[in-house]
Amino acid sequence: MRVNDYLQVIIFCLVLIGLTPPLGLYMARVFEGKKTVMSPVMGWLENLLYRLCGINQNEEMDWKIYTKALLYFNLLGFLFLFVLQLAQKILPLNPANLPNVAWDSAFNTAASFMTNTNWQSYAGETTMSYLTQMIGLTVQNFLSAATGITVFLALTRGLISKSKSSLGNFWVDMVRSLIYVLLPLSILLAVILNSQGVVQTLSSYKDATTLQGANQTIPLGPAASQIAIKQLGTNGGGFFNANSAHPFENPTPLANFLEVLAILLIPAALVYSYGVMIGNRKHGWLLFFVMFAIFALGLGLALWSEYSISSATIHEGQEVRLGITNSVLWMTATTCASNGSVNAMYSSLTPLAGGVAMFNIMLGEVVFGGVGSGLYGMLHIVLLTVFLAGLMVGRTPEYLGKKIERKEVQMVILSILLPSAAILIGAGIACVLPVALSSLSSKGPHGLSEILYAFTSASQNNGSAFAGLNANTVFYNVVLGLCMIIGRFGVIIPAMVIAGSLAVKRITPVGSGTFATDNFLFAALLVGVLIIVGVLTFFPALSLGPLVEHLLMLKGRGF
Amino acid sequence: MKDNFSEEPANELRGSSPAMETATFSRRFPFVICVKLFIVTTILTGLIYPLFITLIGQSVFNNSSNGSILTYNGRVVGSALIGQKFDQDKYFWPRPSSQDYNPLPSGGSNLSPTSQQLKALVEERKQKLLAADPTKKDNEIPSDLLYASGSGLDPHISPAAAIFQIDRVLKARGLDSGKKDEIIKLIGRLTEGRDLGVFGEPRVNVLKLNDELDNLR
Repeated sequence: MRVNDYLQVIIFCLVLIGLTPPLGLYMARVFEGKKTVMSPVMGWLENLLYRLCGINQNEEMDWKIYTKALLYFNLLGFLFLFVLQLAQKILPLNPANLPNVAWDSAFNTAASFMTNTNWQSYAGETTMSYLTQMIGLTVQNFLSAATGITVFLALTRGLISKSKSSLGNFWVDMVRSLIYVLLPLSILLAVILNSQGVVQTLSSYKDATTLQGANQTIPLGPAASQIAIKQLGTNGGGFFNANSAHPFENPTPLANFLEVLAILLIPAALVYSYGVMIGNRKHGWLLFFVMFAIFALGLGLALWSEYSISSATIHEGQEVRLGITNSVLWMTATTCASNGSVNAMYSSLTPLAGGVAMFNIMLGEVVFGGVGSGLYGMLHIVLLTVFLAGLMVGRTPEYLGKKIERKEVQMVILSILLPSAAILIGAGIACVLPVALSSLSSKGPHGLSEILYAFTSASQNNGSAFAGLNANTVFYNVVLGLCMIIGRFGVIIPAMVIAGSLAVKRITPVGSGTFATDNFLFAALLVGVLIIVGVLTFFPALSLGPLVEHLLMLKGRGF
Repeated sequence: MKDNFSEEPANELRGSSPAMETATFSRRFPFVICVKLFIVTTILTGLIYPLFITLIGQSVFNNSSNGSILTYNGRVVGSALIGQKFDQDKYFWPRPSSQDYNPLPSGGSNLSPTSQQLKALVEERKQKLLAADPTKKDNEIPSDLLYASGSGLDPHISPAAAIFQIDRVLKARGLDSGKKDEIIKLIGRLTEGRDLGVFGEPRVNVLKLNDELDNLR
């Protein structure tokens, strides 16, 4: 690594940390319904939406109604996107005359974009019409990210509520997340990306005759608007097949910097918002730096692995304008968050760097994680840590004054087990089914890594891929689609049950025996629990994939 | 319709503290609001938002919005951002591409560093470069000419990769080595530095370089 490589990493970290408090404070005020700088600009739109939909913003919902609203709202999005793909041929804004999407791919895509996974078994430029990209995929980019925020808000309100069952109002949380957070940031980022060279047009693909006289068809489309929210909403589904490795999606290193920053921006700031909302900023910062430490550790290991393999200045699957460091930085950010966009091909990473990507996702994407979803996932781990600490000292565990009892712990365990089971059982089945194995492009341990990565990415709603695996088959489309749904709602529903259960509990005053959650001891325990749960669950699988491949690579073995 | 979704809040929840419930409480699930909100947010984020960005893009950043298209004598020769295939000796070659520079669709090889197939490909690429210019040794070849990009459409090569190819290009064009300095200068002029002095890597746009090269004569 050269000085310049260190500099880029340091600038990224400093800007991320620097933007966290202002954006976090702003979002906390938005979610608490207070006035902000954006109220005069967007307030009319918020009120217009309430009026059009008949929403009473003072109405409160308990956990059951809140959850029901969330589930039906997501179901509508799923059905609409599914049908849209099956009918795009006869609909307008299809200049490339693309046919309808096959049912299995349409199911997979609808599940994928509803669950904020944005796994793509299709190639955008040869599959989706402009209309589908806009009113289907872009919409779900927004709504799935906002859904994550609503669950986080419900859980937070459950934690701070003084013995009442209300968790807020799903419609209001959805509207505020969209109008005050996701939409303004997306507009800003889209315009900047557009200025850097990201395309934004409704005109059809352009035919060119190259200097050597060959024909080349250049795909276009309304890309900038979708890419902005794809990055900000931790979605990750590219407009084009190569995602942010594509020069139209990520044309300059400056665009790359903003896009990779956008991946972690909202998830990181939400941690600060959480500190503000619970009235304990120190605890917020503690969670932030626990996440940051794990992020930095993974980044360091992956950078070391990529730079130690050879003296090459660029590797297979990476772009010249971005270089190795930006590729690895993006990889770490996109797998810590549930983004899943890529600016290089991860299957071509060194085995250890690829292993870091996989392990980040396996941890449940709680290191900053998805918009909203990272934090409610992390709060599950916090509850588990508090519970374990309680067992050690023999006291009833409490978190923020709320007693953590059987029901909460059951739900936490459920939310950890469901995605993990989907990964391991799914990958296990795929490893013995001929129909699944025929999709492999690599032999040896890398083949196992391809399958394991696919199930990990789907079940934890990441969406990045070891794309050597041909996942556009009926088997993978259906099974991975189901994994995404299990991984998303298998965590959301437990989170909502916990929120409902905690909401009605009394807040116990802090006493001398209360286990403090804002000191170094707690931070160390939290990291310990997170890593131990991840390693215990996945070490055997990881050791047969990336670790074995790494060791064999060192011995000069190829496959 | 509404009644299908109506539900009383759970008794245990209400029973614990009925006196503290003050705000209006939603007692039934309003399906109509759900549908309306979905329609309204779809129109807002799926039509108004992208069309608004398109409007700004088409009026302010017309060139980049439409694909940074390059024309030569009135004919569209490609996009400044999309790499294209050059395999004639008189042109600078771009990086290898697993898509052979066909943008429909973009993509990389996804081959692992432990892949024998990748090893064979790199060897093949090496031999091709050395055959085109036998004066070079294999340890002089810059990495970006040996490894394919992620997009398969990388429009750039490193400045070193451009310098590496000068001798071959000069010979193929029948230019004497006195022109070498002129081409080195051209490469220097077309080299884009790091953004803001820090971000990314220095690079040369292959299509622009070859375009200028054709004008040189």
